[in-house]
Amino acid sequence: MNRAALLLLADGRFPAGGHAHSGGAEAAVTAGRITGPGTLEDFCRGRVHTTGLVAAALAAAAAAGADPLALDEAADARTPSPALRQTARRLGRQMMRAARTAWPSPGLDALATARPRGAHQPVVLGVTARSAGLTPPDAAHAAAYEAVTGPATAAVRLLSLDPFAVTAVLARLAPDLDEVAARAADAAHRCLTEGTGALPAASAPLLDVYAEAHAGRPVRLFAS
Amino acid sequence: MSGVHATARITAVPDGRGGTALPELAGEGPIALRRTRSADERAARVTVVGAMTAPLGGDRLAVHVTAAPGAVLHVDAAAATVALPGRGGERARYEVRLTVGEDAELHWLPEPLIAAEGSDLLMTTTAELAPGARLVLREEQILGRAGERPGRLTTRLTVRIGGRPLLDQELSFGPGAAGWAGPAVLHTYRAAGQLLVVDPAFEEKPAEARVPVRDAEQGESVLTPLAGPAALLTAVAPDGLCLRRLLSASVAP
Repeated sequence: MNRAALLLLADGRFPAGGHAHSGGAEAAVTAGRITGPGTLEDFCRGRVHTTGLVAAALAAAAAAGADPLALDEAADARTPSPALRQTARRLGRQMMRAARTAWPSPGLDALATARPRGAHQPVVLGVTARSAGLTPPDAAHAAAYEAVTGPATAAVRLLSLDPFAVTAVLARLAPDLDEVAARAADAAHRCLTEGTGALPAASAPLLDVYAEAHAGRPVRLFAS
Repeated sequence: MSGVHATARITAVPDGRGGTALPELAGEGPIALRRTRSADERAARVTVVGAMTAPLGGDRLAVHVTAAPGAVLHVDAAAATVALPGRGGERARYEVRLTVGEDAELHWLPEPLIAAEGSDLLMTTTAELAPGARLVLREEQILGRAGERPGRLTTRLTVRIGGRPLLDQELSFGPGAAGWAGPAVLHTYRAAGQLLVVDPAFEEKPAEARVPVRDAEQGESVLTPLAGPAALLTAVAPDGLCLRRLLSASVAP
């Protein structure tokens, strides 16, 4: 049990650069598909059960001690959008910097050396969790939580939504996060014996469309 | 165990005269195979003919396709596949296994898969490619026949080159799947599909990412270069016709 380290890792103030990204929410707002708390909730539920589940499973598998380079390759195969691969690696590099200062470990050093331009962020998150003495389910929870808090925080800024209403959205999503984290941890466990093919590959076609459309836009508030 | 269990097999090899022979062409159960005329002299063409409606809940169907080194094989279908509910409410499984050898080329272009109301199907497509192999693969999923609610459909597409993962995608729709009808996944669209092209020529010159159509009436699509010698066109659309139009865009290297 190392609860305080989990709170620190999952805190939006942890200096890993996530605040500059909306997780596709800005593009969905631009497309007129997130307009208020109701559609934000639908967006976040779809995101956490697809790319959120994949991120949570990658993080849990890395925390369980699976080969981070094999996980990084599995993350590439699960991320067809080059804009999202680039974002994931940029965020991975930023998290690596913060993590090596907070919880230095040979595992983090080895991954930083093997992927100097950044590994996929969920993989770095998982190796960080391991360095901090956290469990695979902890890492899965942190990744699933991040999959919805990023878009929710961004939507508050983009649409001037009532922060109380958005917090209520996140509270309603809590059972989904627990379910996703449990599935992710289970898959991570199987990944240790069956390889990365056992990890979920849930995809969200519109998130890929949004990511490339957003990357091509000259004026935007969030990087992704 | 109830339901039909059937595995159809196709093996293509070079015929030594610049064309492709089919030493194995074995349909089974509801999956009948016909050798059809190919416009490409190098290629053998096979059309999958659904001899009866399948898959029903509880069925376990499989198609195993091998293009041996140097072979050129085109596989298409005579009609859409409709997943229907079985008597006991069990899930149906449909497994497609594609193996493409060195310098071989496989075009896997089936007709759409339609998830009728009340059906429950898990479809897995696994492609194992040798380095230097070429693959053109199209998948189309339509959620429900006209005017009905969708069935439960999960499709997983896994592509490996030389044993390393190139693409791994799973789509899950319908009753019991969470969040799919929201603005992150399908929004109000009821058809989704992908066109994947794997070609060594992409090593030298990767495809450029683009978002070709942004008209919500017609659907949306995005072309993405993968982290490997391949390009993927992903599309979502209100119906199967719009989807096919989006997936007819050129993805050639």
